[in-house]
Amino acid sequence: MMAGAGMDHADVLIVGGGHAGAQCAIALRQNGYAGSVTIIGKEAEPPYERPPLSKDYFSGEKSFERLLIRPPAFWVAKAIGLRLGREVIAVDPAAKRVALSDGESLTYGTLVWAAGGDARRLSCVGSQLAGIHYVRTREDCDRLMEEVASGARRIAVIGGGYIGLEAAAVLTRAGCQVTLLEAAPRVLARVAGPELSRFYEAEHRAHGVDLRTGVTVIDLQGETRVAGVRLEDGSVVPADAVIVGIGIVPAVAPLVAAGAAGANGLEIDAFCRTTLPDVYAIGDCAAFACHHAGGAVLRVESVQNANDQAGCVARAICGDAQPYRAFPWFWSNQYDLKLQTAGLSLGHDAMVMRGDPATRSFSVIYLREGRVIALDCVNSVKDYVQGRKLVEAGARPDPARLTDTGIPLKDCL
Amino acid sequence: MVSLTIIDRAGQENSVDALPGQTVMEAIRQAGFDELEAMCGGSRSCATCHVYVEGPALPPPGEDEDDLLDSSDHRRADSRLSCQIRLEQALDGLRVTIAPED
Repeated sequence: MMAGAGMDHADVLIVGGGHAGAQCAIALRQNGYAGSVTIIGKEAEPPYERPPLSKDYFSGEKSFERLLIRPPAFWVAKAIGLRLGREVIAVDPAAKRVALSDGESLTYGTLVWAAGGDARRLSCVGSQLAGIHYVRTREDCDRLMEEVASGARRIAVIGGGYIGLEAAAVLTRAGCQVTLLEAAPRVLARVAGPELSRFYEAEHRAHGVDLRTGVTVIDLQGETRVAGVRLEDGSVVPADAVIVGIGIVPAVAPLVAAGAAGANGLEIDAFCRTTLPDVYAIGDCAAFACHHAGGAVLRVESVQNANDQAGCVARAICGDAQPYRAFPWFWSNQYDLKLQTAGLSLGHDAMVMRGDPATRSFSVIYLREGRVIALDCVNSVKDYVQGRKLVEAGARPDPARLTDTGIPLKDCL
Repeated sequence: MVSLTIIDRAGQENSVDALPGQTVMEAIRQAGFDELEAMCGGSRSCATCHVYVEGPALPPPGEDEDDLLDSSDHRRADSRLSCQIRLEQALDGLRVTIAPED
């Protein structure tokens, strides 16, 4: 499609049509922004919610239409241009111009880089075989669902992070025989304490998942289609399909090539500004000194972070710049287990178990220098809601009181 | 169709027709309101779809919903999470006010 007259410039150009990009456009209009706003989206679909791809969209409980962040008419009504199915391949920060994969180019007043990340790919022999799946986009998920619908029953899941575990839960419930392979000594090693890992390992095994930790994948075997996953000990896990959930690679290359600082994520300051003029970065692809992690520089891959950074940037563009301090929270649903996390446990030096995991309702409370910095709450919404206030207040409660489930967390403030 | 009245944060009343089976959160989003964040997408994990309701009687909130509503500084007796109200014909005429942002 040719760009019409006046279509080759956006006062605010948003690269990425995920949670961060969509919310930035929505928040700009909410804040009364009257300039032109355009979103460039790599996927063909208008902005949709990504978490259900490994949960209730994958299980068939929710149709795709129900995942749309806003109905198609909304974007028209708000004069937010959606240019979908194309990517930014180069940025010229001096001319304030981006080049698109379809050959078009656009100039911008302000650029908001919200391109997220791409599923990290396997690189071992056999990675190109048919039947190997990632769970990042609707298209990924649809392909996988089709294979399961057409008879794939033995599924190997590589990676014991949230995506792998959630996919394993859905597939097991759908009657598949799931083997989950994690290279680290425990699942969720990057994001949670060992108590939580042990609990989820036991749950998945109780539901019939063959869950193996500390195993290294050597290669994928098969002629044209994958037939199995070969491990370091020489054994082969037979598989009709393989799901790879080993994290994401931030989609930052064009901006880094243009001179923006950053490698594993674009470096941003407290106002989400990159090192290039009039270029912000938000969401999964942005690395920042996190107020809630003692100033550690990290990327936070969550809907909360995407939404709240989007709001922060929209307000800044409208003249109300405030440092990004939003409180981190996250959720994961597996089987009938609702995990809610408040705060970031990174850098904790003590951990308190509240409640008995055997009851399938408990919380792990993380402390640093006596202060509550994070909670992982399983089927314990009350602890999540009240514990969050402890983190926000920087409370230093007596650990013995935290373990006493007879004392509500709000009374530990 | 189930007829709802949605009152936005500016106090503006809007009539919305929704489908039975949809949640109130989905109906609000579908109608194009931009104020309701509904960050967790209706999975009962946050309280960013908080509304006040009046009109036809609703079943009381479940324990999780009740706990999540406690996280809002703007909780009232008529507070609900809009993702937890599934529309049916009996709810025709429901008036829903989007609660202030926390």
